[in-house]
Amino acid sequence: MSTRLEKPIFEYSVPGRGAEDQWPRDPGPAATDDLPATLRRSTRPLLPEVSELEAVRHFTRLSQLNFSIDTHFYPLGSCTMKYNPKACNSFAMLPEFLARHPLSPESVGQGFLACLYELQEMLKAVTGMQAVALSPMAGAQGEFAGVAMIRAYHRARGDLERNEIIVPEAAHGTNPATATMCGCVVREVPVNAEGDVDLEALKTVVGPKTAGIMLTNPSTLGVFERRIEEVARTVHAAGGLLYYDGANLNAILGKVRPGDMGFDVIHVNLHKTFSTPHGGGGPGAGPVGVSARLAPFLPVPIVGRRGEQYCWLTERDLPQSIGRLSGFMGNAGVLLRAYVYMRLLGREGMARVSEYATLNANYLLAQLTRAGFDAAYPSRRASHELIITLKRQAKELGVTAMDFAKRLLDHGMHAPTTYFPLLVPECLLIEPTETESKAALDAFVAAMAEILAEAAQEPERLTSAPHTMPVRRLDDVRAAKQLDLTWKPTVAHAIPTTA
Amino acid sequence: MSNVPSDLKYTKTHEWLRTLPDGTVEVGITDHAQHALGDLVFVEVPEAGRTLAAGEPFAVVESVKAASDVYSPIAGEVIAGNPALAAEPEAINSDAYGKGWLMRLRPAAAAAPQLLAPKDYEKLVVEEGS
Ligand SMILES: Cc1ncc(COP(=O)(O)O)c(C=O)c1O
Repeated sequence: MSTRLEKPIFEYSVPGRGAEDQWPRDPGPAATDDLPATLRRSTRPLLPEVSELEAVRHFTRLSQLNFSIDTHFYPLGSCTMKYNPKACNSFAMLPEFLARHPLSPESVGQGFLACLYELQEMLKAVTGMQAVALSPMAGAQGEFAGVAMIRAYHRARGDLERNEIIVPEAAHGTNPATATMCGCVVREVPVNAEGDVDLEALKTVVGPKTAGIMLTNPSTLGVFERRIEEVARTVHAAGGLLYYDGANLNAILGKVRPGDMGFDVIHVNLHKTFSTPHGGGGPGAGPVGVSARLAPFLPVPIVGRRGEQYCWLTERDLPQSIGRLSGFMGNAGVLLRAYVYMRLLGREGMARVSEYATLNANYLLAQLTRAGFDAAYPSRRASHELIITLKRQAKELGVTAMDFAKRLLDHGMHAPTTYFPLLVPECLLIEPTETESKAALDAFVAAMAEILAEAAQEPERLTSAPHTMPVRRLDDVRAAKQLDLTWKPTVAHAIPTTA
Repeated sequence: MSNVPSDLKYTKTHEWLRTLPDGTVEVGITDHAQHALGDLVFVEVPEAGRTLAAGEPFAVVESVKAASDVYSPIAGEVIAGNPALAAEPEAINSDAYGKGWLMRLRPAAAAAPQLLAPKDYEKLVVEEGS
């Protein structure tokens, strides 16, 4: 990784320089004739003028400023930043997939449709649900689809009063946001000191207005909800449905199935568990799976099969569908990568994912505890991720979870998730994933132990960290308030603006 | 040690309440709460005329760490949200009990609030290990 900051490309600009062979062929003056004069610009756009080599170097250097899974340990909790096999990407990039037009007839896209059909089938098998739709394009959009289906189900039964969605206080922020987006009222239930939903409180909240409950299991607290069957019974008995936030599927893959726990609807973050990194910020996919009673409401299109032929099922086939959530079938590239990954893993491989993900997390929990850190839930085993709280260190040494996170960067490691979940003060949410070796985990523990020792002796090394990165401690407050990042030319890089 | 003025009432969820001479009340978040949240960057206050139940979320405070709901300590009707906070959310950090007030409220007639006395709130803050 480079430690030198890269200038904006405009600052390399020299008037008249360029890469002519990369330019579009001159379309001639008549090319814009059919555009109304008011829509045509009279000044030249402000573009950097650099050579091809300068452009290549600039963007390559920028890419070297990144932390990535391919270069660094990346224990960013709740994001499942595991290694994504290159094969998944290469197969998803086969020219026949890339060149396929989404409006091309079914008869010429049978290979693509077959992959999606099999992906639906594999997701059904993995989640224990009866039907799957692939089109939602993020976890949050999958949640939206799920809660919209819950509402549609109650409405179709004439059960119009049910507009409350129950959400545990530890939930990911997208859960209450989804409920609100779907026009529901959010009812929060507390979590007890061991990280389980408070059943007594749940019983006082459910009733004739309950549309459903949204649960993540293992929860965002990094522990498995032990009384899940009782939670399911309580909500079902009150007439509500159960939504499973499958963002943490990595922990239970091939071991337990939400369908078997009694859930009615689930979304899966393919861009966590199935070969696309969540923290990459790129496109995602949040397929939804449902029990039989919700199947008529699934978003379209879905891939169906008539005899030997695969086909799109649309509004005509599912008249009660909640509708469309994406222009076509969702994010095809992410879906294909997930398909290849699942085929590479096979049934036994799936179970090994969760076994090693949880083994690695529990190994880290044990080693970090031994190194002097406090587990947020000391009586509990970790799931695929673990939480430590630095509340004691904050009080005794005056260093915060953020200081630890920043100092880890100097050790060549991406920081864990900080200050989430909000319930745990000064927390780090650490998710090592199954693809890290024992040596990598030991190196992380050693770095944390070293930082802890430093916190006692030289706390300002932490509070002023990072020291080796291209930028030092950023002003978070200013960054949140001044969002204007537009580069403005000074006289030194003036670019002529009139044609 | 947190600053817990003795002339206010408090809630378990870290709001304070001041009764004004005309019987209306002023509500904000405590010094302990602003400290736990860190530097505030955005505050959403309620509009005048809104009726609130006790325990209902009425404002959102967002810091560099987190966004949190603020809950109304008592039932009533909003007289005003603090208009200055949109431009200056950091007033809550620097003056939680003064310039950082979030709303003024006319208590509902039947309001019989279960609020904490300063010494009980102080105990709560100590238990939470501030
Ligand atoms: C528990 C949980 N639910 C939902 C989501 C939302 O997923 P997405 O970011 O794809 O919208 C996340 C994302 O991290 C999550 O951790």
